[in-house]
Amino acid sequence: MKRRLSLRMAVLWAAGTLGAGPAWAAGPFEGVSVNILTFTGPQIAEPLQRRAPDFEKLTGAKINVITVPFSDLYQKMLTDMATRTNSYHAFVFAPQWLADFATPGYLEALTSRVAADKALQWQDIAPFFRNFSAMYAGRNYTVPVDGDFQMVYYRTDLLAQGGLRPPETWDDYLKIAAAFDKKDLNGDGTPDFGSCIAKKRNAQSYWMVWSVAGGFLQSQGTKQGSFFDLETMKPLVGSDAFAEALRVYVATGKYGPPDELNWDVGDSRSAFVTGRCALTVDWGDIGTLAIDPKTSKVMDKVGAVILPGTHRVLDRKTGKLVPCDKTTCPYAVNGVNHAPFAAFGGWSGGINAAAPPRVKDAAYAFLSYMSQPAQSNVDVTIGITGFNPYRTSQFKSLDLWLKAGMSRAAAQNYLGAIAASLNSPNMVLDLRIPQNQRYQQVVLDTAVAKLLARQTTIDQAVTEISEGWEAITNELGRDKQLKAYRETLNVER
Amino acid sequence: MTNGRPRAAPAVGARASPSGSVPTGPPRALTARLEQQAKLLFLWPAVLMLVFLSIFPLFVSLYLSLTRLEFVPGGFALRWVGLANYRKLLFGIEREHFLGLLAGPSPVQRVALGVIAIGLVVFLARSLRRPERPLAGLLGRSLWAAAVGAVAWLLARTLLPGGRPGTLVTTLTYVGVGVAVQYGLGLGLAVLCAQQIAGRRFFRVVFLLPMMITPVGIAYTFRILMDLGKGPFAPVWRGLGLAEVSWASDPWGARIAVMIGDVWQWTPFMFVVLLAALESQPPELLEAATVDGADRWQTFWRITWPQIAPVTATLVLIRIIEAFKIVDLPNVLTSGGPGTATESLTLHAFIAWRTLDIGGSAAVAYLLLLVVTLAVLAYLRLVRRRLTEPT
Repeated sequence: MKRRLSLRMAVLWAAGTLGAGPAWAAGPFEGVSVNILTFTGPQIAEPLQRRAPDFEKLTGAKINVITVPFSDLYQKMLTDMATRTNSYHAFVFAPQWLADFATPGYLEALTSRVAADKALQWQDIAPFFRNFSAMYAGRNYTVPVDGDFQMVYYRTDLLAQGGLRPPETWDDYLKIAAAFDKKDLNGDGTPDFGSCIAKKRNAQSYWMVWSVAGGFLQSQGTKQGSFFDLETMKPLVGSDAFAEALRVYVATGKYGPPDELNWDVGDSRSAFVTGRCALTVDWGDIGTLAIDPKTSKVMDKVGAVILPGTHRVLDRKTGKLVPCDKTTCPYAVNGVNHAPFAAFGGWSGGINAAAPPRVKDAAYAFLSYMSQPAQSNVDVTIGITGFNPYRTSQFKSLDLWLKAGMSRAAAQNYLGAIAASLNSPNMVLDLRIPQNQRYQQVVLDTAVAKLLARQTTIDQAVTEISEGWEAITNELGRDKQLKAYRETLNVER
Repeated sequence: MTNGRPRAAPAVGARASPSGSVPTGPPRALTARLEQQAKLLFLWPAVLMLVFLSIFPLFVSLYLSLTRLEFVPGGFALRWVGLANYRKLLFGIEREHFLGLLAGPSPVQRVALGVIAIGLVVFLARSLRRPERPLAGLLGRSLWAAAVGAVAWLLARTLLPGGRPGTLVTTLTYVGVGVAVQYGLGLGLAVLCAQQIAGRRFFRVVFLLPMMITPVGIAYTFRILMDLGKGPFAPVWRGLGLAEVSWASDPWGARIAVMIGDVWQWTPFMFVVLLAALESQPPELLEAATVDGADRWQTFWRITWPQIAPVTATLVLIRIIEAFKIVDLPNVLTSGGPGTATESLTLHAFIAWRTLDIGGSAAVAYLLLLVVTLAVLAYLRLVRRRLTEPT
C-alpha cells in the first residue's frame, strides 16, 4: 500500500511539473488516450502493457501499446511522422535511430521536462545512457527504460567440471565451444551445442557480428570508433581485422545448432536457459531469464563475462592486424584488448512532436513512470520484460536481485560483467549517424547472412559491405556523414 | 417497330395530342439526351475509381522509382535521381542481389547456350518464310527470342556451379517449378476425384482446405513443421539420424521448403478448377471412346486433354501471374534467408521499402512488372497457337 501511494505521488509530481496545476489531483489525464508504438514482444511490450492499467488508474490516461515486428519498427515510426499521419503519439524504440528522427524535428525535445522531473531521478541513470543514448545534438530526446550491452554467457557448472576459465579471447570462446559441443548438457539424453548465437537475417545478427569485430577494430578508446576512419569516412570493414572477425563469427557456427541461421534471440535464449548451450552472446536478458523458475533449467549455473577480446588489433595505417602492446592496446587487460559493445543503446521512450499538447504530457508522464525506480527496479529483474539494468542504484543494490531470486554470487557476477562493460574506456558505441539502419540492417545484415549461408566467401562479404557502405556514404554526402560520425563519438578536432 | 431499333423520340416543342392534352413528362429529346448521358454517368465512377486506385498509383510508383526519399524538417522530399535506382539493380551494388552472381561460362554452359542460340536463330528464320506480315512477325519473334535468350543466359550463368541465383532467378524458379508441380498434382487429384470412388466428397473438401488458410498462417505452420529442433517431427528426424541436417542452412533446402509450402497452398486451386473442367466433359465422348476400345491413357490424351486445355491455359496463366508475387512464405518461413537464397522479387521490393529505400523498391517492382509482362506474353504466344491450330 505504501509503495502504491509512493507511485501515485511520483506520477502526480511528474505530471505536476508539466504545469497542469491543481487539476492533476483528480485523474490529471482523464479522457486522454496515448498510442505508443514499440516492437512485438513479449519483451519490451510486456512491461508497457502490464503497467498501463496501473497508470490509467493513477492518472486517467489510457495507454494503447501497439506492436510491430522489430524489422518494421523504424519504417513505421518514420513514415508515420514524415507523412504527418501521426497516428502514434509516443515510441519505445532504439535510440541509435535518433539521428533520423531528431534532425527533421519529428521527436519532441524532452530536455526541460526531464530537468523538471525529480521523480525520474535522472542523475541515477548511468551516465552512458543519460548523456549518450538519450541525447542527440546536445538535446535530450528520450527517457531510457533499458540498458544494453552485449556479453558472453557461459555455464558455470560445465566450465567448473572441465577445469576451464571463462573466455578471455574469441579463441578461448571457440575452444570452450568445441569442448562441449555435441555433449548432453542438460541431462535429457540428446546432444547439445557448444555455442548458440542468434544469426537469423532481419533479426539481431548484425549486432552479434559486431560484438566479435569490436575488439579487432577498436583499441584506442571509445572515441576512436569502430565503424569508419575518422579522416576519410572509409569503412574499417575493408581490413584484415574485420575479415578475421568474420572468420571467428563463421567458426562459432561449427559448434552451433544445425538451423542456427534461422534463430533469433528468442530461440537462442530459450535454448540457453533450457540448458542446451554451453555459451551464448546476448544482451543482459539471459541473466534474468535464467532465474525464472518456470522455464529455466540453469538456475545458478550461469555466468556472464565482458565480451572476449583479442591479442591482435587493427593498425589503421596499414589495414593489417598487429600484436597488442602498450601502444597498440593501451586499455588491454592481461594483453587482451576488450571492446564491449553497447549494442542498440537500450530501449528508450520518445514523444511525437506533432502530438496534441495534453497527449504529450500524458505520454511523458507514462514514460517517466516506467523509468522511475519504483517500477524500473522491479522490471529489470524480470527476464520477460527485456529491460536490463541502467540505473546506478540497480548496479549497487544487490537486494533487488536477491529478492528476484538470484543468488548472491550470480548477482555479483552478472552485475559485475555489465559494470565492466559500462565502465570500459574502450567501450564500442553503436552507429548513430543518419540512416545507420541502412548501413547495418540492410548492407551488413545481408552480407553477413550470405556469408553464413555460404553464398559468399569472407573476401566477397568484406567487399560487399565496404562497397555498400561507401555507396550509402556517397549518396548521403561524405562530409555530412563524417561530421555526424565524429559528433556521435564526441571527437573534437 | 419490327426492326428492333428504338422508336424515335418526338422533337422538342412537338404539338399537343389531338385530344388537346399536353404531355406531362420531360421533352423526349431531353430524355434521349439523358439516356445517352446515363451511359457515361454509370461508366465514369468506375473509370475514376480505376484511375485513382490503379492507373494513378502506377504512374506515381514509376515516378518514385526515379527518385530518392529524403527526410527534411517537417516532412520528406523526393529527389530526382533519374535511372540511378535501375542502374543500381542492373549494374551497381545491387546487381548480385537482383540478377545473381554470374559464373564464368564452363564448356557445358557454352554448349548449352550455343544450342539455345541456334534454336532461336532457326526460330527467327522460320518467321521470314511466313507469307503474311513477315516483317511484323520477325519483330515480334525477335523480341520473344531476345527475352528467351536472356533468361536462358541468366539461368545458365547463375544456376550452374560457380554462380548464384539472385532474386530474379529465384522468383523464376518458384514460378516455373511451383506452377508445374501444382498443376501436375492438381490434375492428378482432380482425375482421381472425378472417378466414382468411395469418400470422393470428403476428399474434395479436404483437398480444398489449404486454399482457405491465409498465406501467413501457412507460412507459420510450415515454419513449425520444419523446425528440426522443436517441431513436431523432431523425434522423427532424430530417429532417422538426421537431427544435424538443416534445410534452413542450405540455400536449395530452404528454397525447396518454400516451394513445398507454395505447392501445398495452391494445388487446391488447380484441383478445384480442373475438377470442374473434367466433370463438364460430355459423357457421350468418353463413352464412345470406351466403346471404340480406347484405353485410359488414350481416352485422356485424345478426348479429355483437348477439352480441358482452354481451362488449363487460363488456370496456368492466373497462377503464373500470382506466383510472381510470392512474398508471404519466404518472408515468414525464412526471412528471405539463408543469406538471400529464398528472397523473391516481391520480398526484395518489400525489404527495400521497409528500409525506406522507396525508389529502389519501386524500381524492383517495375522490373517485376516487366518480367511478368514478358513471361505472360511468351506464355500466351505459346498456348494461343496450340489452342487455335486445328488438330
